[in-house]
Amino acid sequence: MEPSLETYLALSGILFAIGSVGVIYKRNAIGMFMCIELMLNAVNLSFVAFARHYGDVTGQLFVFVVMAVAACEAAVGLGIIITFFRNRESIDVDDASIMRN
Amino acid sequence: MVTVLFYILAGLAIACAISCVYHKNPLFSAVSLIGVFISLACIYLTLSAPFIAVTQILVYAGAIMVLVIFVIMLLNLDEDSPHTNLAYLYGFGGGLGVLLIGQALFVFYAVNRAGQKSVESTAAGQTSSIGKAMYTEYLLPVEIVGILLLMAIVGAMIMSRRLREPSVAASSEE
Repeated sequence: MEPSLETYLALSGILFAIGSVGVIYKRNAIGMFMCIELMLNAVNLSFVAFARHYGDVTGQLFVFVVMAVAACEAAVGLGIIITFFRNRESIDVDDASIMRN
Repeated sequence: MVTVLFYILAGLAIACAISCVYHKNPLFSAVSLIGVFISLACIYLTLSAPFIAVTQILVYAGAIMVLVIFVIMLLNLDEDSPHTNLAYLYGFGGGLGVLLIGQALFVFYAVNRAGQKSVESTAAGQTSSIGKAMYTEYLLPVEIVGILLLMAIVGAMIMSRRLREPSVAASSEE
């Protein structure tokens, strides 16, 4: 007996909700970055569950593309964080206010 | 058997995710997030997607989290201080979380009412079928992903280089 599709979707939704709450609660840029990775993983879980449910390989390929995009995001995002830290000596997102009037 | 395994892994994933959001120290958050990745990889194995499970471990737990922990160590971060002037965000975030979890449980309820279709075992998800689909039917997305990775490499190098132009040097002196 295998758990049904909606069980996987419920787990995916719960993980996505936790990740989105984390993006709002967290204050440093690296914490927000990790919560975004958590949300991407929640979406990946629903892709794999649908791929299993319909017996189609397309969902798993989408997961592969999402992983590549997450790797790009990690490289560029951490580069931005390091540059920001070098200029401001902090990675608090409240300090990123140079455009504020 | 698979159901028991799924509930154990799902509980582990949710506990690690809550711990990731809860901890103030970014290093504890990163280790909790690795726990989420590993339990999700085990769930992928029960979903008969071994290729995705291995890629999850390699790319997320192996590459991305090593990079994140490297940056945390490099920047020598202290503990995250709580919001002082943005207290309304706590209410907003809590409301959004309750809304999203309610939506997830509504999907659970609605799909449960709509009747079940039994899952038939297929060959989809085996590594050979993924490779075949990737290089025949979905060749264009794979090429686009390659271009994207190249752009990310160049962008990260440009981003984290120490610039010597006078305008940038002037703006960085606060």
